[in-house]
Amino acid sequence: MGTQTQWIRNAAGRMVPAEVNGTPVIPFYGVGKYKPDGRKHAPKIPSNIDYPSDGNKQVPSLKEALIKAGLRDGMTISTHHHFRNGDYLANMIFDIAHELGVKNLRWFPSASFPCHEHLIPYLEDGTIHHIEGSMNGPLGRFASEGKMKGVGVLRSHGGRYQAIQDGEVKIDIAVIGAACADPFGNANGLYGPSATGLLGFALADSQYADKVIVVTDNMVPFPCVPWQIQGNYVDYTVQLDKLGDPEKIISGTTRITKSPDRLYLAELTARFCEVTGIIHDGFSFQTGAGGTSLAVGEYFREIMQQKDIKARFARGGSNKYLVSMLQEGLVEYILDGQTFDLEGVRSMAENPNHVWTSPFTSYNYHSKGNFAGMVDVVILGATEVDVHFNANVVTHSDGYLLHGIGGWQNCLFSKTVILPVPLFRDRIPVVVDEVTTLCGPGELIDVIVTERGIAINPRRTDLLEKVKGSDLPVKTIEALKEEAEKICGKPDKPEFDDQVIAVIKWVDGTVIDAVKKVKQKT
Amino acid sequence: MEKRDFVSATAGNTGEKVRSDCHVSLEIKKTGGIVIELQSKVKSMYGWHIYKLTERVLTFFDIVHADVRIIDTGALDFVIMARLEAAIKNATASDKSFLPDFISQNDYPTQRDAFRFSRLYLPGNTPALMLNAGIHKPNGVILDLEDSVAPDKKEEARLLVRNALRQVDFYGAERMVRINPLPAGMEDLKAVIPHNVHVVLVPKAEHPEDLVLIDKTIRNILKNNGSDREVYLMPIIETALGVENAYLLATSTPSVVAMAIGLEDYTADIGVPRTPEGSESLYARTRLVNACKAAGIQPIDSVFSDVSDMEGLTRNVTASRALGFEGMGCIHPRQIRVIHKAFEPTPEEIEKALKIVEAFAKAREKGLGVVSLGSKMIDPPVVKRAQRIVGLATQLGLL
Repeated sequence: MGTQTQWIRNAAGRMVPAEVNGTPVIPFYGVGKYKPDGRKHAPKIPSNIDYPSDGNKQVPSLKEALIKAGLRDGMTISTHHHFRNGDYLANMIFDIAHELGVKNLRWFPSASFPCHEHLIPYLEDGTIHHIEGSMNGPLGRFASEGKMKGVGVLRSHGGRYQAIQDGEVKIDIAVIGAACADPFGNANGLYGPSATGLLGFALADSQYADKVIVVTDNMVPFPCVPWQIQGNYVDYTVQLDKLGDPEKIISGTTRITKSPDRLYLAELTARFCEVTGIIHDGFSFQTGAGGTSLAVGEYFREIMQQKDIKARFARGGSNKYLVSMLQEGLVEYILDGQTFDLEGVRSMAENPNHVWTSPFTSYNYHSKGNFAGMVDVVILGATEVDVHFNANVVTHSDGYLLHGIGGWQNCLFSKTVILPVPLFRDRIPVVVDEVTTLCGPGELIDVIVTERGIAINPRRTDLLEKVKGSDLPVKTIEALKEEAEKICGKPDKPEFDDQVIAVIKWVDGTVIDAVKKVKQKT
Repeated sequence: MEKRDFVSATAGNTGEKVRSDCHVSLEIKKTGGIVIELQSKVKSMYGWHIYKLTERVLTFFDIVHADVRIIDTGALDFVIMARLEAAIKNATASDKSFLPDFISQNDYPTQRDAFRFSRLYLPGNTPALMLNAGIHKPNGVILDLEDSVAPDKKEEARLLVRNALRQVDFYGAERMVRINPLPAGMEDLKAVIPHNVHVVLVPKAEHPEDLVLIDKTIRNILKNNGSDREVYLMPIIETALGVENAYLLATSTPSVVAMAIGLEDYTADIGVPRTPEGSESLYARTRLVNACKAAGIQPIDSVFSDVSDMEGLTRNVTASRALGFEGMGCIHPRQIRVIHKAFEPTPEEIEKALKIVEAFAKAREKGLGVVSLGSKMIDPPVVKRAQRIVGLATQLGLL
């Protein structure tokens, strides 16, 4: 703000700023084009001299821990979204920062949720300078209206690990909320009232942050096992009464959508996978936790049972449905990124084939490979898809930033990427001529399934060949776009001011797109 | 006393759960021009468009001074038009109609003996449920003006249903409208018949002469509109008297192609609760089936009201087919498949039908007037039925 933004056209044809929050950034080069050099970031070498010899790092309060960790103006504070919309911790941290009069913090969450609306006053009064992480709901709206002091940076889960590892984001204090921990700092997400299954999103923070605080509402004597977070990385531990609202942290039980339209989409998606032979013995799949995705998993189950097919592994988001497939032997392993219900937590604690993962093993692009690319088929969502198969997951067609990226970008490296989306929501077309914000390049997106037809990316001649002669309603993506416009009318494009409110990083840390302030009309 | 210098009216729905609809408040004034206030979640994308549309509709009804307040939840144009027209008519009693285009996909006929396994009820004043109804491939969609529409919403529902008949693609489903009992049903007919309705469902049918009157009214409307399409009738029997008159109703006019039973109302009428096994309505149902078969029309069973109980539905529809019913109403798209599965032809039936159709094709090729299969002569209606079975099997993906 204030100074003139210098714009660069990136390899996707998108105009992106040359610097973000005063630091130069690299524009998107294209998929698989940008190679980093140099070495990974390293935190300072600690010494046992500075830590209690009896291993007890517990301090009486979160406030004291933050003060001991040296909380001061301009720091980067990281938190994690294991507690989802039931999280109290991030709000408590910034309540304390505010009370201490600390300013200009950079909040670096792995994701934010509507419960973090609580932080808006701190964004207004300068306690928090800006957010680097997903901005869901109210925070996204706040940012979209140009009210955040700095520019938001959105990364995928894998991109977050990459940014920490590469030293792009240096974390001063990481605060890791854990369902279970010991005073030394070993922690897991498996046991206790705030159980979430795993703590994968905090792994990079524990390894690379200058100071690490583990906070729990279930402190157990050493050893807390399994130690998903290793106490050897941890500076301080804190016990609190409550980390969050259990009902909002995790659902007691996941339910499949009852919406007939979504079920139809899910079934069509599963049938596509059946017809094209994607569902075959030993295959692997990932379906998200959204209404449609969950239902896709259930239709997979039916097909697999019918044809006596077993999957080698399923990539979670786990839930009771996936767990029952594991128990029935339809799936050999669940490689879990986050658990969505209590049954998922239970299974992870009890079943060795239900494996907890982190963005390092599953998603990090700056590593010696990750397993996102090994998944045969991934089912994802999108707010918009365009005629070049580019997709958007962060903004709505009215220009407002309302969602995070999650693991979405990372999953695009799967062998087949399918987006089941309605052709329009209310009267807003989902298949459009150009996405409002580019999050995923079309070359990585293979199939769009809508209730009014399936479009296959022309690059996938193999899939186009396989659907020939089937009764699947295959259409071109242009035909779908026209059908949407015929029903809804052609929408006007949103109007933006020149101010950049957030940038979207690609998995390699380059900037794939920028989100601008939505023009406020009176 | 001060004389009011404006008239006001409202139409449409709004509220937390309302989607794809809009609510219009209208004040027609003496001065001040047109003032439109729009609250919409799609304002940045369609706001300008909605303003223009609103102006067009007001101009059409010769309104030059008015305050219009629209609360929109993503309504399509045909919905906005219907809501505006309803508010205007509420305020001015105009007899003009602002019609959206009739989309070409909707210009298809039906047949007297079309399969009517499933027909999906769509509340006539709820646009969100109409948009994707055809996607689920019911044999028919019923735009309902009767029980699913509140008494004070009848007029606006008529306009919405009329516009939906013109604008919503039902993907080949038979286009049905359930009207209100007479006399209100007459107003329904006027509103909807000119817009390619295939079947009119007549609720609480008791008297054959009502059906004759409805049939005549429909013919008059069609004639005035220069249409030579047939509109068929499906009376719904929902009372003890209706059951007693079943055969008379079924044969009241040649336009009656099917007759349905409505068990919620029927059991209420005879003063007993409706049970899952349905022994209390066995007489009524078998009586209806027999009357229909005697009259050569399709007997259609009542809806199964627990939308989450698919097993119960399967049992129900299997029993229904065994009694001779040839179709059942649906109140949720998920029921369609179960119902089709139960009524659809069995593999044996399909195999037999294929042989007959093949024999017919061969006979035609050879220029023979008589079709035979093995040593058996095949009558034309049998060929026709076989063709229908093959066609249906194809439609259902069984071939």
